[in-house]
Amino acid sequence: MRNTLWLLLLASSVALAQDRFGFGAPATQQELSQFVSPLADGRGLPAGSGSVQAGKELYTAQCAACHGGNLEGGQGDRLVGGRGSLANGDPAKAPVKTVESYWPYATTLFDYIRRAMPFTAPGSLSNDQVYALCAYILAQAKIVPDSSTLDARSLAAVRMPNRDGFVADPRPERFPPPAQK
Amino acid sequence: MACRGGPAHDAPLMQPPLPRRRFLQASAVALGTAAAWREAHGAPPPGAAEHDVPADPGKALGVPLPDEGYGLRSQFETVVRQRYGKTSTPYSSWTFTPLQESVGIITPSGLHFERSHAGTAIIDPAKHFLFVHGMVREPRKYSMKDLKRFPSVSRLLFIECSGNTLTEWAKPGLPTVQGTHGLTSTSEWTGVPLATILREAGVEARAKWILAEGADGAAMTRSIPLDKAMKDCLLAYGQNGEAIRPEQGYPLRLVVPGFEGNMNIKWLRRLQVADAPFMTREETSKYTDLLPDGKARQFTFEMEAKSVITSPSGGMRLEGRGFHEISGLAWSGRGAIRRVEVSVDGGRLWQPAALEEPVLALCHTRFRLPWRWDGGEAILQSRCVDETGYVQPTIDQLVAVRGLNGPTGSVYHLNGVQSWKVASDGAVTNVHA
Repeated sequence: MRNTLWLLLLASSVALAQDRFGFGAPATQQELSQFVSPLADGRGLPAGSGSVQAGKELYTAQCAACHGGNLEGGQGDRLVGGRGSLANGDPAKAPVKTVESYWPYATTLFDYIRRAMPFTAPGSLSNDQVYALCAYILAQAKIVPDSSTLDARSLAAVRMPNRDGFVADPRPERFPPPAQK
Repeated sequence: MACRGGPAHDAPLMQPPLPRRRFLQASAVALGTAAAWREAHGAPPPGAAEHDVPADPGKALGVPLPDEGYGLRSQFETVVRQRYGKTSTPYSSWTFTPLQESVGIITPSGLHFERSHAGTAIIDPAKHFLFVHGMVREPRKYSMKDLKRFPSVSRLLFIECSGNTLTEWAKPGLPTVQGTHGLTSTSEWTGVPLATILREAGVEARAKWILAEGADGAAMTRSIPLDKAMKDCLLAYGQNGEAIRPEQGYPLRLVVPGFEGNMNIKWLRRLQVADAPFMTREETSKYTDLLPDGKARQFTFEMEAKSVITSPSGGMRLEGRGFHEISGLAWSGRGAIRRVEVSVDGGRLWQPAALEEPVLALCHTRFRLPWRWDGGEAILQSRCVDETGYVQPTIDQLVAVRGLNGPTGSVYHLNGVQSWKVASDGAVTNVHA
């Protein structure tokens, strides 16, 4: 008896799991086209391209006020420099974490600028403009040549200096015993 | 912008408190007029309205009941969230829950800590949709009305910013528990299990990750492992019995129990299913943990077991020797709290604290220990053990593994034992002990 009841319950829950509620509506490709989230291998990057030179002009007009004329930072993050500063046991000396020294993927730069920058007008840049800004920042970071023009293929091919700088989470931590009081 | 302020020790670290002019309070109460109240107190505190205060409430009519209304707190209650003062803009900043005044385990919605990366988005729920796409059978969109038709669940869950306590790595940073630990809060969250929506959409077999994106100006974005999404995540529209507050993600937020606060995407508008993490700015350049060797830990999701004494705590003064209740909060991102111990002598002797029911997984747990203060110096500490057996470490133990690595090296996931020093005059201060 108990087994029968259990089987009935199981059958009904399986049936419920397989049934769809059917709420909501299909999302159209046009609706989804507003969303761009590239993966690190470049899948999802949109069409378009931009040069270092075009990026320089855009940067001066749209970015320099917060990130500094030389990408040295200000109200916004510092963007370049800091290579070799991450390995650092000195509690008084700050590591310099920038696009150049810390960011592992160039696709992240495209994604972030496109959806969240400029800070006061997010989402206002065209794909060509975002590629151009990526090219300029990566050129200033000495990661791509000053003559570069970046598009989906070439941006995804950029190898960032700190590409291998990340390790998986080993926690929960095994601590050495606390010092004796 | 992420928690990039880093540990800093120079004032002013928090915004100044609201003006409180108490010097005329006695005479104002005697006069019992609204004008006198204002003279004595200034404007009523946030969340309160100003009323006459009669000398004897039993000899006057009170305030008439409204036909309709939304309740406010007492005009005598002044405790507020405070914003961290070191961020370069109030649009990407954080405010702390005043844990020193907290009782029980629930955080009032209006005092729940905030962390936003482009201010609080203001959204008309009638125009808000959740899109589900990527590696699914059919891309779908859901209105808020659609989402509320699905079977719902309610759970008491803490959310803690992984930057909570970031000022305390090298030496005592902020003076009060609001500053040191105020980026954790507990609410009852109500919504649809994320698994329900994912089953509805039909996730492809090779899918492993889900991108969650907010509709705010930062389009705040994090990748969530699919197994976590299917296990216990919530698409929450309710908080503490009503709609989620705007600053908590109205009308819809993702709740990722026990994981870093920033993964609980507010103003949720989109879920994209994929076979790899998206390596967004927040999960590469910001919420990662740099080690002394220059490598950084990535995807450090769980908030490890942590506890803190909220009373007595920094900035308080014990009024006289004798009985004082030691009380605090403990929580773990890996399950329920099993045990909390309290020391009043800087960690030499530990006594078990009583755990107040309910003791729930992934939720604040209130602990208490009766204490008789003899008027001498004392160092108050708490440490907790969660259901996995993990013991809350000392700050020194954490530093031994993570390093200090400069003022912006070790930032996130500081869950070490907090020490409060009670001086012989009763003054309580933040110390490393």
